[in-house]
Order: sequence, then C-alpha cells, then structure tokens
Amino acid sequence: MNYSNLLKIAKNALMRNKFRAFLTMLGIIIGVASVIATLAIGQGSKKSIQDQMSSMGSNLVFIMPGSQQRGGVMMGNSGSQTLKLEDVTAIQQQCPDITAVSPEVRSNGQAVFGNQNWPTTMFGANALYIGIKKLEIESGRIFTDKEITSLAKVCVIGKTVITNIFPKGTDPIGQTIRFKNIPMTIIGVLSEKGDNSFGQDQDDIMIAPYTTVQRRFLAIDYITGIFTSAISEDRTTEAIDELTTTMRKQHKINKPTDDDFRVMSQSELVKTFTSISDILTMLLGAISVISLLVGGIGIMNIMYVSVTERTREIGLRMSIGGKGQDILMQFLIESTMLSVSGGVFGIMLGYLISAMVGSLMGWPVVITTQSVVLAFLVCSAIGIFFGWYPAKKAASLNPIDALRYE
Amino acid sequence: MNHAIIEVINLKKDFFVGDVTVRALKGINIQIREGEFVAIMGASGSGKSTMLNILGCLDKPSSGEYKLDGISVSELNRNELAELRNKKLGFVFQSYNLLSRTSALENVELPLFYNSKVKARERKERAIAALESVGLADRMHHMPNQLSGGQQQRVAIARSLVNDPVVILADEATGNLDSRTSYEIMELFQRLNTDKGKTIVFVTHEPDIARLTSRNIIFRDGLVVKEQMVEDRLSAADMLKSLPLGDHEI
Repeated sequence: MNYSNLLKIAKNALMRNKFRAFLTMLGIIIGVASVIATLAIGQGSKKSIQDQMSSMGSNLVFIMPGSQQRGGVMMGNSGSQTLKLEDVTAIQQQCPDITAVSPEVRSNGQAVFGNQNWPTTMFGANALYIGIKKLEIESGRIFTDKEITSLAKVCVIGKTVITNIFPKGTDPIGQTIRFKNIPMTIIGVLSEKGDNSFGQDQDDIMIAPYTTVQRRFLAIDYITGIFTSAISEDRTTEAIDELTTTMRKQHKINKPTDDDFRVMSQSELVKTFTSISDILTMLLGAISVISLLVGGIGIMNIMYVSVTERTREIGLRMSIGGKGQDILMQFLIESTMLSVSGGVFGIMLGYLISAMVGSLMGWPVVITTQSVVLAFLVCSAIGIFFGWYPAKKAASLNPIDALRYE
Repeated sequence: MNHAIIEVINLKKDFFVGDVTVRALKGINIQIREGEFVAIMGASGSGKSTMLNILGCLDKPSSGEYKLDGISVSELNRNELAELRNKKLGFVFQSYNLLSRTSALENVELPLFYNSKVKARERKERAIAALESVGLADRMHHMPNQLSGGQQQRVAIARSLVNDPVVILADEATGNLDSRTSYEIMELFQRLNTDKGKTIVFVTHEPDIARLTSRNIIFRDGLVVKEQMVEDRLSAADMLKSLPLGDHEI
C-alpha cells in the first residue's frame, strides 16, 4: 500500500467531518497551547531572575559576619564584629581564584543638599567595589588609594539620590553635600541600574572610601562585609572553598560549626531563586500536560466512536480490497493528523497567549525551541498512542459483519 | 466455449453458533463462464448470501474448492484475499454503500486507492471513464445525497467497474429501488454484459429480475436445487418501454 494514497484517504475522511475534526483537535490545541504558554512564562521568569542576578555579578562571592560565641553566649549575626581589614588583606594574598576584594561598611543617614534631603545608605569600600558589584561610573571618577588612606571626604553617588536632592539640571560632580553633618564632595556619578529582583532600588546608594565611613561616620574598626569577584562563574565553588579556608586560618577556627562568618555567592542565590521558579514551572507544566492527556483521550474517544459509526465504511473498504493494515494505518493516520494539526494550531495559540501575557500583564515570556519541540512530539505521540486501540479495532473487523452492520 | 471464471466444487460452509453447527452450504457445484449473466436465487436462509460472501472472497469455505479465474481461493490468507478482491472483483450492494459527503468521482476512485500500481492521474481517468459508462459523467462532482437512489446505484456500479474485474457480484442490487429504476439498473447491467462482455453474478429473490439474466441458479437449504438457462430472456430496455411513466418523468 502506498502511503501517499493512505494519507489522501485519511485526509479525505477527516475533511468529510470538518467540524468534528476541529472539536476533536480542540483538546490537543488547548493542551499544547497551555504547555507552551506556561513553559514560556516559567522560562521567562527564570531568565529574568538570572539576568537580574548576573547583572549584580554572577561571579560575586561575599562574606558576611556569622554568629559568634562570647563566653558561652551566642551573639546574633547582625551585631557581629568578626570581620576585619586584615581578612581582606589575607584574601588578597592567599586566594588564587579571587580577582578582586573589597571591604564593605554601611552607614544609613540623610543626604542633604541645600534645602533638600533624602534617606540613603553610604557604602564604604575600596575602588574595586564598583567592578565587583557590576556598577559603572557614568561620569567623574572613583576615589584613589591616596583618598582612602587620607580618609578623604569624597563619594560617588547613585541616580536616585541625585534626583531627590539636586535641582534638575545640576551637575552633581564637584558639589558638596552633607551626610550625617559631614560635608562630602561628589567626585563621580553611577550609571542607572534600576530595581533588582527583590524590588530594591539599586541607585539609592552612595559610595565613599571605607576608611572614611569607618572612622568619620561609624567610629568602628571592623567591617560589615567582604565582597569579592571569583575569576569566573564556574570557579565560584573553588573561590568559596579558598575564602573559607583563609577565613578559618585568619580567625583560628578548627571546626566548621565554630565559623563566625558566612561565605555566600551570587550564583548560589541564583540557583535558589531559579529552582523556585523551576518548581512553579514544573507544577504548571504538569497541569497542562494533564490537559494534553485529556485531549488525547478525547481523540481516542472520537476515533473509537468513529470506528463504530463507520463500520460499514470499513466493511466497504475491505470489500474493495482494503487490507487490515490499510484500515489500521488509515485510522492511525487520521488520529495522528488530528493531533499533529491540533499541535500546530496549539503552538500558534501558545505563541499568541504568551505574547498577550507578555504585553498585557508585562510578564517576561520566553518561548524556547525545546518547549515547542517537546509539545509537538508529545502530541504526535498522543495521536499514535490513543489512535492505536480504535485503529486496531477497525482493522480486526470482519468484512462481512462490517458490511452488514446496521 | 469461454473458460470458467468461477469454479465451485463440492463446497461446504458450516457456521458454529454456540454448540450448534449450522450447515449453510452442503456441497455446492457451480461453474460460471466468462461473459455469463447469472442470477442466484433462493429464499432467505437458502444459503445464497453465504455463497456470495465466499464467491466475493469475503469468507472462506469450510471444505471444497473455489477457483476464481484459475486461482484457488481456499489457500489464500486474509491479505491475499483482500488483494484478490481489489484486482478481480467488483461489488454492488443493495444499499449502495457509498461514502457520504464524498463526490461520485472519489467514490468511484476508491478501489484504485488500494492498488498502489495505479497512479493518481490514471486513477482519475479510469474513474471518469467508469462514470461515463454508467451515464453519470455530468454528475461526477455530486455528493451521494445529491443523487437519486438509481443514480447512487449507478455510481456504485461504476465503482465496481473501475478496477476492471473479472466478475461483478451484485447483492440484491435492485432491492432498494422502485421497479422503473430497477429496470434501468438492469438495463445497465445487461448492457455491460452484452456490450462489454462483463461476467455478472446477481443475487436476487425477484423472479422478474432473474428473467433478465442469462442463467438462473436456484438455492434451497444450502443446495443448488435447480439450474436453468433463461429461455425467453427479456430485455430491460423493452420492459422499460412497457412500463407506465414513472414519477420522476412527470
């Protein structure tokens, strides 16, 4: 039997009942479309998290103070004063997978210019901090080593602070603002970064030499964090190990449970957040796969009914020379055609829904080739799988009984 | 004398219904030669339908021999039987058995779809020729529900002709038609028989239809009880003329 004939026979048989064919396909259409759309939304949110995170530096590894015991009393994490400038120096010298290190100290307060003021955070760091945090100087410059040693009253400033305290059109560079009543000269402006995925404004920031923040604002000698860059994202695990080893040596810690610091990496955070979105995607995907399955059962149902309804037709086809396998193939091709064309329409509908979700609700959507291929393969498989039983039933009919069927 | 298209020797067919064995055919001997127009007659339950099923290669005998155009059918499997039906047989049924919502042309083409040797172009040409020979060339794109009963049966006859079979098997082909249309169909069969030399086996229980054929084989209780040549064979065309005007001509 030649297949182009069978294809034509199956096509003609379907075309004889266009509306029913469409209704049968509807289950598959909706199933495939929902698979595509949910995967697109899932992938979109995953990608946006990843983009956000890597914009904050995917090779970022940082150390935060951990809890510490003082005479048997556990101290909380935030009050910890365990991180020292010596740790930064040690990391610089002993960690080959770390390319840049900066201490970080923070001071919250009001930035004041003229009669305007704005609550913001003054970060104390060294010049490498900008690179580590993937920030950029839009105009002006970052402070020099000399300014660090001399506790210079200079800072670079983020866009949010500028718009809130300077009148429009003012060039902030060279202006002096007051932060906690200490005059600070602005030497550089950071380019805009927008909100991060937690909704934090990354432009509401000022950066000064860490010495200045430590001594002039906080009067402390410890630091509140150490920020580093690993050589690459792939090497972050090694970088974390090196940092941990160095820190333990610095702090003379033998048991990991005694650690008075925590090493964290951006890529780990990314993993945590993407795994949450992965779980959601899987959940939604599973629901839409169920609807695809229901669509498949719909096809089986219709094909099954159609075998009964078309018993005489089958008998006729057999009497004029259709073999069992011809009949089998005809019904199998019919169900595959239904599910495959349902799949094609479903993919188109899926694109449409994704685009609508993207533009109307502003959700990030990404349709990957894999999801399209997957949906398509699954629905073809469903057509063959669910078409098999009715087709087998049709093929095994006795031509005489089929012909006389009322 | 023409060679035998159908040769049935001591053919028996038993059916098993639960514990009961129904002996539908009890030893049939028939020979049908090329160019004959044979009517198989008999009351219901006489075994004529079973005979037709076996002649049509839709069923296999329990014992005995059946040779169709020199091929011994008893030894063939299901697929070979299907192929035989496709190449050597044409069926015409009482209830036409046309595919609904399918044009006359496509209905006629159908047997050729199952013959992979026939290409699309040839398929169409042969189907058109078959429709022309039954006088429906102008209706080839009509759907069955746009055709009258007689026309539908003509389409079915065209379908049975399209594969150029060695024998056409008609099962009560006029059973659903009024007498005028019946004669029209019989006239067509007679024409195919005399003009084109088609061998036709026609199962009927109507004696006046049987008189339009060349030989009658009468079945009773699974046996051939009578075989006779039709002495005063009638012409369906003459019968038509003698009929009062039919409804559709008014």
